[in-house]
Amino acid sequence: MVGLVLVVLSYLVDADRAAFNNVILYTFIASIGVGSLFLVYTEYLSGAVWSTAFRRISEFLSYSIYILPLLLIPVFFNIGHIFHWLHPEPDDKILAAKAPYLNIEFFVIRTVAFILIWILFQYLVTKNSKKQDTSLDQNLTTKNIRLSAVFMPFFAITISFTAIDYLMSLEPHWFSTIFGVYYFSGTMLAGLASVTIIVVYLNERGLLIKGLTNDHYYSLGALMFAFTNFWAYIAFSQYLLIWYANLPEETFWFLARWEGGWQYITIGLIIVKFAVPYIGLLSQPSKMNPKRLVVMSAWILFAHYYDLYWLAMPNYNKGNLTLGWNELGFPILAVGLVILVFTTKAKNNNLVPIGDPKIKRGLDFRL
Amino acid sequence: MSEKILYSYTGIFDTPDEIIHAAEKISKEGFTKYDVNTPYPLHGMNKAMNLPPSKLGYLSLAVGLSGALAALLTMYWMSAVDYPIIVGGKPLFSFPAYVPVMFEVTVLSASIATVLGMLFIFFKLPNNSHPLQGTDYMKMVSSDKYGISIAADDPKFDESSIKNLLTELHAKHITAIYYDNEEINHKHNIFEPKFIGFLLIAALFTSGITYFTLNKLMFMLPFNWMMEQEKLNPQHSSEIFSDGFGMRKPVEGTIARGYLPYQFAGQPDLAGEKLINPLPFSEKVLTLGQRKYDTFCSPCHGYNGEGDSRLRGQFPNPPSLHSEKVRNWSDGRIYAVLMDGQNIMPSYTSQLDDEERWATIHYLRALQRALNAKESDLK
Repeated sequence: MVGLVLVVLSYLVDADRAAFNNVILYTFIASIGVGSLFLVYTEYLSGAVWSTAFRRISEFLSYSIYILPLLLIPVFFNIGHIFHWLHPEPDDKILAAKAPYLNIEFFVIRTVAFILIWILFQYLVTKNSKKQDTSLDQNLTTKNIRLSAVFMPFFAITISFTAIDYLMSLEPHWFSTIFGVYYFSGTMLAGLASVTIIVVYLNERGLLIKGLTNDHYYSLGALMFAFTNFWAYIAFSQYLLIWYANLPEETFWFLARWEGGWQYITIGLIIVKFAVPYIGLLSQPSKMNPKRLVVMSAWILFAHYYDLYWLAMPNYNKGNLTLGWNELGFPILAVGLVILVFTTKAKNNNLVPIGDPKIKRGLDFRL
Repeated sequence: MSEKILYSYTGIFDTPDEIIHAAEKISKEGFTKYDVNTPYPLHGMNKAMNLPPSKLGYLSLAVGLSGALAALLTMYWMSAVDYPIIVGGKPLFSFPAYVPVMFEVTVLSASIATVLGMLFIFFKLPNNSHPLQGTDYMKMVSSDKYGISIAADDPKFDESSIKNLLTELHAKHITAIYYDNEEINHKHNIFEPKFIGFLLIAALFTSGITYFTLNKLMFMLPFNWMMEQEKLNPQHSSEIFSDGFGMRKPVEGTIARGYLPYQFAGQPDLAGEKLINPLPFSEKVLTLGQRKYDTFCSPCHGYNGEGDSRLRGQFPNPPSLHSEKVRNWSDGRIYAVLMDGQNIMPSYTSQLDDEERWATIHYLRALQRALNAKESDLK
């Protein structure tokens, strides 16, 4: 509620700035929703058993996909201010060459298609999973495994192009071929972190099925640790290539993030998104201790939001740090929305996929 | 010598569940010096045996970090201190370029430390005579059975109670394992003083001979015929001449082959009178002239010499080359402009050699005739 009020207020005061924050909000919620969906499908595709007992949590979280169109409404009202490829300079050759991709019709079609694809796959997988609770039909698992194989290429394409459309095209003169993977690493982290927080929270209150141990926590922590490193690897690869080649048409993107106060945000990104989670999750006890794990997961969610802010906001106001109360409402709203979606879904449904044939083995999982 | 020393009591189990249960029970009884042998790693065994987390991680971390530091210092020393060369316009100490190497060295040193530490510190590798080796127990647990072995140096060890405990747990083939007397009494001849002394003498002898051969003998007559000579080494100062330079300037007044000194610097009119174009007018010469003209002259004078600068007013546009004045200049007069420059046009002595200058002038003549053709050209 506080978030909603702040967001509305910031729209009234400075609509452009609020719209940029709205883009961050959209990509953040998409990260959590699609990231959770990806976790569900990865579990099916890889045949993992250890995560079966709390797969339902990811399924509930993936319902956030349904609120994505809602979040896009304010963005589309201000679309002309966000994407300056909509009104390029007449002799801008780069934008002219990109016009077949970056035009409003195709952009809208893409966005709608991506959200529809996500909703479709989200609907199918949760429907099968829920049906299994009562019917105990093992063929539904097989069905979902087949579905996950179909989903993966769609996921790879949609998530990369979402990153390109909503984050990279804020600065349409710039291009980086690794950008989709960059956003994917954050997506994976956001999905894992939100699932971890909820699993630990529910389990410590005894609301989940009995039998989840520290070994399950450890595996979640290990995955988060791995993807923190993955993010750092991708982010540094992108930076190193551009730094080494030193081509003006690429370096300006980093230069914009290195002046007028942005350099502190950039240095902060290394600490917030890499150094702190790395040290925090490095040792084995820290991945097994529920309290520390929750703190690190919350931190990683914050770091992902920070990362998106770093990607988007310098395009709003180059050379001047943009940070104030206008930015505050959106992350609060994001957390509120995710909790809202999760609780409404979790209230009347089984928290555990009790019909899944893998659940017994999943609970017996030991390191 | 005949008395055998007990190493441990062993028991065999048939299923993984049984062995985990047994390990739990035995650790609960307070035993610490026992081990479990299974054909493959069992999940949950660490907990059943109440094992503390491995200390190996700390070794990996320490060696990994020192590897990163060593890589950083090495690269810093090599590229910023010892042999500073600017590469790609980057600063001498350019940290981003070091990061991949540091990362690789960290991973490499940490993994090597992990493997070697495991082998030599935790497995005590050079020692290859474990009492369990070659026993029936070991044969069984390395195919399809699960075994437990309680060592005799455990503080709670008591022969009869152990036997009872293992029977209680339904272990099969409860056997006592003894140290191999031969192995225990085996003396390593390697450490005998005689042998060590021999090694020392041999090492001293070989290194002495090697040192003498490489550092003294090779520099004595007649071996040093070509070894040491006064010559010019790359990137070193030379001792041949007193000023330290190996390369010499030509003797005053010398003229290099194929090179004529320009005698009319600052006297363009005189050059116009005295110099004539030595190149015959041919297609090859024209092609060369066109290439050089397009490269060096056209940015300002335009491809057709009309003074339409491509640099768009960043400099004052030069006058057209088709003016009456330039058309009536002799080749030598234009050559003087190329040599000395004129107004803000710089000298082109370093960009063009003699032949190229004359070829360019030929090409310019062709351009002029194309715009202002004579009657005779029409024929």
